[in-house]
Amino acid sequence: MTKIDSKIPDGNLAEKWTKFKSSVSLVNPSNKRNLEIIVIGSGLAGASAAASLAELGYKVKVFCFQDSPRRAHSIAAQGGINASKNYQNDGDSVYRLFYDTIKGGDYRAREANVHRLAEVSGSIIDQCVAQGVPFAREYGGLLSNRSFGGTQVQRTFYAAGQTGQQLLLGAYSALQRQVGMGNVKLYTRHEMQDVVTIDGKARGIIARDSVSGALERHFGHAVLLCTGGYGNVFYLSTNAMGSNVTAAWKAHKKGAFFANPCYTQIHPTCIPVSGDHQSKLTLMSESLRNDGRIWVPKKENDTRKANEIPEDERDYYLERRYPAFGNLVPRDIASRAAKERCDAGFGVGTSKMAVYLDYAAAIIRYGKGEANKHNMYSPTDEEIQSMGKTVVKEKYGNLFDMYKQITGEDPYEIPMRIYPAVHYTMGGLWVDYNLMTTIPGLYALGEANFSDHGANRLGASALMQGLADGYFVIPYTIGAYLASEIRTPAMSTDSEDFASAEKAVRDRLETLMNIKGSKPVDYFHKRLGKIMWDECGMARSEEGLKTSIKEIQALQKEFWSDVKIPGDINNLNPELEKAGRVADFLELGELMCIDALDRNESCGGHFRMEYQTEDGEALRDDDKYAYVAAWEYEKQSSFKLHKEELKYENIKIAQRSYK
Amino acid sequence: MEGNLNLTLKIWRQKNAQTAGKFETYQVSGISTDMSFLEMIDVLNNRLIQEGDDPVAFDHDCREGICGMCSMYINGRPHGPNRGVTTCQLHMRSFKDGETITVEPWRASAFPVIKDLVVNRSAFDRIIAAGGFISVNTGNAQDANNLPINKDDADDAFAAAACIGCGACVAACKNASAMLFTSAKISQLALLPQGQIEAATRAQAMVAQMDEEGFGACSNTGACEAECPKGISIENIARMNREYFSATFSSK
Repeated sequence: MTKIDSKIPDGNLAEKWTKFKSSVSLVNPSNKRNLEIIVIGSGLAGASAAASLAELGYKVKVFCFQDSPRRAHSIAAQGGINASKNYQNDGDSVYRLFYDTIKGGDYRAREANVHRLAEVSGSIIDQCVAQGVPFAREYGGLLSNRSFGGTQVQRTFYAAGQTGQQLLLGAYSALQRQVGMGNVKLYTRHEMQDVVTIDGKARGIIARDSVSGALERHFGHAVLLCTGGYGNVFYLSTNAMGSNVTAAWKAHKKGAFFANPCYTQIHPTCIPVSGDHQSKLTLMSESLRNDGRIWVPKKENDTRKANEIPEDERDYYLERRYPAFGNLVPRDIASRAAKERCDAGFGVGTSKMAVYLDYAAAIIRYGKGEANKHNMYSPTDEEIQSMGKTVVKEKYGNLFDMYKQITGEDPYEIPMRIYPAVHYTMGGLWVDYNLMTTIPGLYALGEANFSDHGANRLGASALMQGLADGYFVIPYTIGAYLASEIRTPAMSTDSEDFASAEKAVRDRLETLMNIKGSKPVDYFHKRLGKIMWDECGMARSEEGLKTSIKEIQALQKEFWSDVKIPGDINNLNPELEKAGRVADFLELGELMCIDALDRNESCGGHFRMEYQTEDGEALRDDDKYAYVAAWEYEKQSSFKLHKEELKYENIKIAQRSYK
Repeated sequence: MEGNLNLTLKIWRQKNAQTAGKFETYQVSGISTDMSFLEMIDVLNNRLIQEGDDPVAFDHDCREGICGMCSMYINGRPHGPNRGVTTCQLHMRSFKDGETITVEPWRASAFPVIKDLVVNRSAFDRIIAAGGFISVNTGNAQDANNLPINKDDADDAFAAAACIGCGACVAACKNASAMLFTSAKISQLALLPQGQIEAATRAQAMVAQMDEEGFGACSNTGACEAECPKGISIENIARMNREYFSATFSSK
């Protein structure tokens, strides 16, 4: 049995990272020039890591499946990025950010990693501003902050509803600067097909050039997977169409443990499904819960229009159930509460699977505020409405436009309809404190790893973690490994190890093409998504999970005997790319159910029907399940569980309460 | 059937960059008005696969209007008839039953066709690599609030930085000029104090790269601004020209 060693440094929590940085092995500049690093993925984690490592002098290759690194799905993050700057003088600190993140994660994250994340959070903001990221500012020229779920301070930095875009373009600019200087070689429209291991260490990858279909071999002293999350296992999610688990899954099958795969985040505020044609779901930023109020009618099956339902017949159920945090409870809680109301028959819209997110009160509040500012003592209702809408437009305009574009309804006039949707995956490849997987030389950064968010991620923390890993963690921690690799010369890719890895990839692609079945890839993906959403989504049960494991296994067989892929291998073939990804999702989905079945408790985004408190909150079992479930791949449908015990030395573990 | 639109699609099909392309005509029926344009193409593609034909290749990823990957030239306009939206956010309620819709790739020699509606836009990446950055290595930054920035300047910088790099401006321009794209980045950085130090070299390097990639000169018709899904202002081009000329006059 492989022993898992998290390599958490000794000493006091607050000193671990400082001590680590001053004692970790260094690689001198002349050696860095000879060390090659492969980075897969060009989102916040990948672009920031690649740029920072190239700045240090390493030789870097970056691969992305899109046509440009700037397309990575970090671009779509809306609301903001947390940092414990305490610019608002409202009591924030490194410790509070650390504490909120551990508590928000329902006490299933690693203390040392999360503390480090909180420590470097401030430097991320500094770095981004220096790069020219245009964060929102106040009239005095200083940075603006807003609130997010699960916290009582204002620590979220933002750029309208396009924070991810601006942060990614900052990292992309830094990356392109290194490309221009010749320190990074960029491979766009390339998809990693497998990781190559030699004598147990990661030594490179096999990639497919999507345009020519050619398979390529690339050597690296280290390989960094910055490939994001696996929410598309549900078919419908807020992920981009191309977001996939393939790189991480291939690494898993080569020996990297997969941790907490069942921890998925269902985001409470997304635009509801409109029909069978739906290909993806669109998020409405959590920042909207700052000012918007969530409600459903008090009367069951109420068919009146929203604006016809009087105030005293509306149930602001989050404010009712959680007075301390109100509409800003963490995502898992807000999502379950929406599902509870809809399941009970209080949902709205034609599908009855939606709740209202209402801006009427905020528009009036802001309108009155503006009237005061302009010394208007008796403003008319129209003036208040108009001024209020202007303020709301400035804060959330792009989100409101997006909603209108998709639904055809004007959210300035009638409440938005929202429903939870799959958004983020807290689980991912198991990594130690250095972000290294159980394969030496193979790292996982950002959403692709499991380490910082426990069983539930707080809003505005994903951008923070992606950039922390890339800008401020990996440049230090990778030295611990590469310092011992300076005597390893770059290896030829003509070796047997590379040849056999390439052959395995080629065989699999040919097998897929030769099935020549009767159904397109989407058919299987949709069926998998339905199983996952129904049985491994917001509510899970022992019986449902057991059934779905069998169903998924049957679906795997059906896929491998009946999928129909048009075109050929040696050309741009989007269906072949999709088929490879769905084949991996079919295996991952099974492991997610196995993991959810193993965890006989409810925590964060993992809610088992059998384990809930009397008032329907998640019921943890800290005695039995305060561990990271790290799964080792043995063979098809066979995974072995390794447990990393979670020790809470600085935070008293408690029932989470937002009431 | 889910919806009620019956449409005729004339779609550009081209096997690869080496072979000539041509329009093919397809009928689709039962299209829901709630579908996005790309979901309508998904419906067509799944049918083509079932029938043993090659589906239409097109670029797309986020499908929420921000990644900039989708790039269809619909009825003679980049991203179709509506202002301020990308193709993925264009919904079928914008079309009428019985309509014929023509779909082409971006047309520009600097954006060669890869297959069908997919073009190569890596020229944009090279323009950014030439100078679309502030040279600050990780770890060099001072505290973020040590540098107050006038809110209006920050807001203008943000408006320019909202460019998604889709290339609609190039596709819309009769000269296939990349001035709007290039000027948006030059403007963003020129408006901020952090960007001042490299302002002159940046403008010169990015314009030189833009020319080298084979993009045409500005046509001054404003089609780029009109078709930009993110409303990037043509004022950025004026600002770029000022930056470029002042850099040229003061260059050593």
